[in-house]
Amino acid sequence: MISFDFDYLTPTTMQEAAELFQRLDQEGKSPYYYSGGTELITLGRLNMAYSEAVIDLKNIPECHAHGLSGDFLVQGSALSLTAAEVANFFPFLTSVASQVADHTARGKITIGGNICAAIFYREAVLPYLLVDSTVIIAGNKGITAKKMSDAFKEKIQLKKGEFLVQLLTERKWLNAPFIHIKRRQQWQTGYPLITIAALQAEDGLRVGLSGLCPFPFRSAAVEAALNKKEFNREEKIREALKAMPSPILDDVEGSKEYRLFALRNLLEEILNWQEGGFKLENT
Amino acid sequence: MKTHNLVLRINGEDRQVTVRSADTLLYTLRGRLGLTGSKPGCLNGDCGACTVNVDGWPMKSCLMLAVEAQGKEITTVEGLHDAPIQKAFVEHFAFQCGYCTPGFIMNCHSLVNNHPGADDKKIKEWLESNICRCTGYAEIEAAVKEVLGKKS
Repeated sequence: MISFDFDYLTPTTMQEAAELFQRLDQEGKSPYYYSGGTELITLGRLNMAYSEAVIDLKNIPECHAHGLSGDFLVQGSALSLTAAEVANFFPFLTSVASQVADHTARGKITIGGNICAAIFYREAVLPYLLVDSTVIIAGNKGITAKKMSDAFKEKIQLKKGEFLVQLLTERKWLNAPFIHIKRRQQWQTGYPLITIAALQAEDGLRVGLSGLCPFPFRSAAVEAALNKKEFNREEKIREALKAMPSPILDDVEGSKEYRLFALRNLLEEILNWQEGGFKLENT
Repeated sequence: MKTHNLVLRINGEDRQVTVRSADTLLYTLRGRLGLTGSKPGCLNGDCGACTVNVDGWPMKSCLMLAVEAQGKEITTVEGLHDAPIQKAFVEHFAFQCGYCTPGFIMNCHSLVNNHPGADDKKIKEWLESNICRCTGYAEIEAAVKEVLGKKS
């Protein structure tokens, strides 16, 4: 049970949502944008999240957009991970999203909620980071568009009162070769140890990681090492490992040393996949 | 206290109920409407014991606010009457202590309805949403497959 009370508000336009947030913030009610809501419900039960006014974005049509439009795939932030999987416009996202939580939970967790989550895995952002999708953000000052590379630095960069509306992905990326590997401590359920996602672009290999550091990331330095033609395989991996950001996680899912050991093997698998003509099955 | 007077469509009936905004669907079903078939387990969206169907799809009722359920068709285990998956669970003895059974049944009921041609991969993917500490899942899988076989 959630021990605190809150107002539950269901705006139907982006402007209404942003105005509600501003007013409720001025009233000191710690407003909270709500989409799938799994994080507020689970953390709220433990008194690790709090709000006196919940603004549910699910009734805003733009947050439910889903389909191809011109040169872009448009995906609303309130789409459930299951909805994205079933439609499968973006197989790279399908692959990553289908490994988040479990099947039933993915019917509630939304794309926007996962990307904006407090929990640090935020794996759904990886495909969007690697193809540098455009992010549509709404707030009091209207609507803005940013590249994901600018909008996501360890976490989504939203100003107070802003919320994620849509993700726009260029069609040319929808069928690019990709691989996604998730390693857990054991079995197929539970939190990840490390998730690695890679995509082959014209300019080389692009790589994103979640679960290695307390934030998901794509690193130009790591990619430069893996793409350096003068390096042999061992040198690529060694230099990529040196270029990883810090800190490396050291927690109940795995020690820092074990994570780096697992990461080395994952990088091997990525290079195998690349050298093998992108033929490996996603695991 | 922020409350709402809702009409929830549950098991084919309109049920009036007053809830706090913060009340989960699980709490509302059990504590306010007397539908105790959905079981509280982890209360954290991990175990699946509280699974119901919302518009025909499985939903962990501990992860949904009651206010979100307005306008949706909710089915709890009490709403199933001799469903094929219930009979199959009995015939395959797909339970021991029984605590997780209502959640499993609602998940499997949705699975066989939405994916009558489900293969082993699909069945495994769906069953990973629920935790059983007694059985080894083999009997549950057999129950699902029997229903799928009858349908195909």
